[in-house]
Amino acid sequence: MTGLAHIIIYIFLFISLYYEVFLLITYFEKRLLMQSETAHVRRGVKKYPTVTIMVPCWNEEKTVSATANSLLNLNYPKDKLKIMLIDDGSTDNTWQVLQKFKNKKQIEIYHKENGGKHTALNFGLSKITSDLVGCLDADSFVDKDALRNSVVYFEDKEIMAVTPSVKIWRPKNIIEMIQKVEYAWGIFVRKMLSYLGAMYVTPGPFSIFRREVFERFGGYRHAHQTEDMEMAMRLQANHCKMVNSHNSIVYTVAPDALRKLYKQRLRWTYGFIKNAIDYKYLFFKKDYGNLGVFVLPMASISIFSAIYILGAGIFNFGRSVFHEIVKINTVGLHWPVWNFDWFYINTELIAVVSAIAFLGTVTIIFVSRKMADGKIKLGMDLVWFFLIYAFIAPIWLSKAVYNSIFSVKTKWR
Amino acid sequence: MESKINYKKYLYSFVITAIIFGTAFYLSNYFDQKKIDDIRAIQDKISIDIMSSETQFSLLEESSCQDLSSQNDLTDELNTLEEKLTATENQRGANDPEVQTLKQYYSLLEIKDYILMNQISQKCKKTPLNIVYFYSTDNSCADCEKEGYVLTDLREQFPDLRVYSFDYNLDISAVQTLIKINKVENNLPAIYTDGKIYYGFQSVDDIMKAVPELQALANAKNATSTAATSTKKF
Repeated sequence: MTGLAHIIIYIFLFISLYYEVFLLITYFEKRLLMQSETAHVRRGVKKYPTVTIMVPCWNEEKTVSATANSLLNLNYPKDKLKIMLIDDGSTDNTWQVLQKFKNKKQIEIYHKENGGKHTALNFGLSKITSDLVGCLDADSFVDKDALRNSVVYFEDKEIMAVTPSVKIWRPKNIIEMIQKVEYAWGIFVRKMLSYLGAMYVTPGPFSIFRREVFERFGGYRHAHQTEDMEMAMRLQANHCKMVNSHNSIVYTVAPDALRKLYKQRLRWTYGFIKNAIDYKYLFFKKDYGNLGVFVLPMASISIFSAIYILGAGIFNFGRSVFHEIVKINTVGLHWPVWNFDWFYINTELIAVVSAIAFLGTVTIIFVSRKMADGKIKLGMDLVWFFLIYAFIAPIWLSKAVYNSIFSVKTKWR
Repeated sequence: MESKINYKKYLYSFVITAIIFGTAFYLSNYFDQKKIDDIRAIQDKISIDIMSSETQFSLLEESSCQDLSSQNDLTDELNTLEEKLTATENQRGANDPEVQTLKQYYSLLEIKDYILMNQISQKCKKTPLNIVYFYSTDNSCADCEKEGYVLTDLREQFPDLRVYSFDYNLDISAVQTLIKINKVENNLPAIYTDGKIYYGFQSVDDIMKAVPELQALANAKNATSTAATSTKKF
């Protein structure tokens, strides 16, 4: 590799390591606070506010019942909780499935012409009168204490939105197990960003807002099919306070095939890039706190950093494979002679630094596991995550960057 | 929730990251130096072994060949040295001054060993089992990588085979003299064995044909192995 390529990698590795160190310091700073938070949340509230949860559906005949039932099972005063199931012009039997719920006191069902998720949400918003508003994707299920826990944070009058911890529902195959690791990382980072006042996503599944937020700042926008990101950025731009309720658990069904995962991540990354561009005035401004000065720039750089570093790794791996193939072609396949000599361990600076950055990632994953599951468990999912994710992530990251530059629209499904 | 920016934390993180990077840099340099030292130590050992053999050879001028100790340990050491040297060259680049010095030392050791083996073989009326291989590290030798695999494979198959590899462009007079004496043209890879020069890529089979002793050894190996597997139990 040329000197310049080396230097670029060192810069990216330094930045990545810096971000990891920063997050870990935040974690150690806030560990005790997190525990007292959990205890406080368990005590619950004296007066429960009224809440409406919207469930926008488009062709979700298979999963929407489970979603609605999980809402009905919420540990929350039934007279204070309303559930709106909104069919956004489905072409399957979703509307028929929704009929099952029309006689439940808490549930209202609606049907409208297809217009996209944000139109379904705004449609729901126009009919809501409760104190708090939440949204739940039709392929997600809530833990029964999720709402109760989130609501506690609204006791602070300044809090405008509360985000949950999102976990993968019963991962079975390798693709789902990789995401389980990834989502655990997400739970950790979201909590840390919450402490920094720097969350830039209010996840679709079960983020709760004060209704006045929509009155003051408007409803959902199309936002490149990532309206949950845009809403968070809009609130941040208006200096609204948001926190993460790490004890509010939501389960979401993960894409179970590589192609579906790729499409989803492409949409997310493209959405982030486009929303970041729309909100570029937040970048590097002290006014917007840690979000503007550090988190948004870091999240943006990490896209290119991941592409470059992982791309270089894949390139080197490909080159080694190519050499092995030439060797096998020349002399045939032999049993490798195992002759371990410490001499051959790669001790170039890049290898040592990469190993350290990798260790940082592993540390964060272990810490996030402890947060999400309460214990640290070693499993094959970690192995799959490191092996496979490193190869596939650069692909959708690159494609998202390409799409942003050349304005190729991404599809929802 | 912090709405203020804690600049101290940013600074601490930077310092910690810089320390980690600094430590990595130090570790990397430390191991690089240890590797160079390891190669030098091997070279010194080989140098002593060759001197020892030469001295032994002089002392035993009139003695029989059985008294001369086996040279096969030296083959292993030379092979190990060559592999480590190649790994270091790949990592640091062919133009690194350390690599150049190590290669020069190594080439001289090879030539000394080559001369010694020829003397011993002459005295003991055996045919020397060796191959002299010329390569280059610039882009003019497209087949050198493949030839390297072939020779490494042969070394593993035949522990008694000595492969002496020389960088054709190495700036040291002994190597250049070797090239002149054997009239090796700049057509690489080039293999010199048993008085003949072969230019261009030689596969494992090509070399077995060029060095009939190898074929004989291979046949002997096959005979013993097939004998072992074909014993019937009654």
